[in-house]
Amino acid sequence: MNEQVTLPADTISGPRIELRAVTHTYQTESGPLPVLDDLSFACADRSFTAVVGPSGCGKSTLTRLVAGLLKPDEGQVFLHGEEVSGPRATVGMAFQNPVLLEWRTIIENVVLPLEIVPNNLSKSDRTARAHELLSLVGLAGFENKRPSELSGGMRQRASLCRAIVHRPEVLILDEPFGALDAFTREDLWQIMQALRKEENVTCILITHDLRESVFLAERVVVLSGRPAHVQFTLDVDLPENRTLEDLYSPGATEMLHELRHQIEIAQGRVDANV
Amino acid sequence: MHRIGVPVAAVLIFLLLWEWLVWFNGWPNYKMASPTDIGPAMWQYRWLFLEYGWDTLWRTVVGLALSVIVGTLLGMVMGFSKLMRDALYPLLVGFNAVPKATVVPVIALIFVGMHDTNTILIAFMISFFPIAVSISIGLSTLEPEYRDILRALGASRFTIFRKIALPKTLPEFFGALKVSVTLAFIGTNLMEIVEPHGKGLGHLFDSGKINADYPLMFAVLIALAALGILLFYVVVMLERIFAGWSERGT
Repeated sequence: MNEQVTLPADTISGPRIELRAVTHTYQTESGPLPVLDDLSFACADRSFTAVVGPSGCGKSTLTRLVAGLLKPDEGQVFLHGEEVSGPRATVGMAFQNPVLLEWRTIIENVVLPLEIVPNNLSKSDRTARAHELLSLVGLAGFENKRPSELSGGMRQRASLCRAIVHRPEVLILDEPFGALDAFTREDLWQIMQALRKEENVTCILITHDLRESVFLAERVVVLSGRPAHVQFTLDVDLPENRTLEDLYSPGATEMLHELRHQIEIAQGRVDANV
Repeated sequence: MHRIGVPVAAVLIFLLLWEWLVWFNGWPNYKMASPTDIGPAMWQYRWLFLEYGWDTLWRTVVGLALSVIVGTLLGMVMGFSKLMRDALYPLLVGFNAVPKATVVPVIALIFVGMHDTNTILIAFMISFFPIAVSISIGLSTLEPEYRDILRALGASRFTIFRKIALPKTLPEFFGALKVSVTLAFIGTNLMEIVEPHGKGLGHLFDSGKINADYPLMFAVLIALAALGILLFYVVVMLERIFAGWSERGT
């Protein structure tokens, strides 16, 4: 088991995820819409990076680029030094919509990636793996329920299990807690934290919630308004095993304040030089 | 008990009301036969009912099977390609709008003498539209995230179709099949009655008409209703087996 999750950035064998001068433009009916402009940043191996920015600044485009679902117009995306040219089995994804398959039970949903990704696990191994994850997120006993029988928070927990069941190297989280109520969301943060302790994975989280970014990530990247580039980077200075209490420390308050300020700049509401 | 008792009681009450209505108004047979006239008529011609009922049944089922195959293929083509959807939709709507009774003589002329083919063809033509439309809508409204969770893992298009699109479309498909099964049945009888060729319940109905045997005509209607119910519930049963998950919290 990997306990050392917060190795200093960029020390072991280069970054796990790296974007180099990525520029992307969508062709829409009302003309070209540039979303990313010369965007560069890197995520260290096993690190947790949160990406925040104003609405519609291209954060979801970023996840699709890292997942290999989209190719950038210019620039490159690297996963562990290899240029991303298409989807790969070493990536896991979770979205705001948990997209569980209604015709499968919870455990059958979690097992799904193992049916796609090449592996030599037997059927019972797969089930055991899914069961282990479901227990970890507090869904033991719900394995044979249908998604429609679960609450929103529980569905999202199952969705997280599905995203990491095949032991991906990179976990892409596109606002997975965005549609949950505030308290459920805090529960899920702690579950995410617990999952990370057990799983050897590099995480990139897209979010609108600054507290979430500070609680979960080691580094917060603030994107500018569209077309997005990296406007600001914050290394979160909080203990490795954070509690919700830590969010109320003076240090956390200061970081949140700074991030809030950066968002306002990105939204174009305040001048960067003020 | 409750699930069987209530429908049976409803049918019995309906028959009693019918019997009473005919008796109360003193209607003769040629105006409206009563259930007590129909029973004997059905018994008298029981072997013909079995034989012609089978003709009607198997031709309907074959026509419906064709509908499922062609309708699903068309639905897939239209569901996956916007170009094909734009191209085919108006054609299909126009084709569907033509009353099939007018097509019956045309088909009968084209395939003159091939009665089974004719009948199956009409059953098919009248019933494939709902299936094609429901499959195409089911596929084209698939949320992109559903595709992405598998695509991000490098799954092929076929795998995505088999694991996600196909099962997700099943409830819509069965909804359409319930409509189509009744339509196919209507199609079969349309051919049998409009272009009589000595086969099927439609033919029995026609001979009842020619011989002024009104109880027989009504008996055919009852037999048709019974066959329609049978086919409908076969579809319902298949739906329970293959898409039972879509029924919520009962």
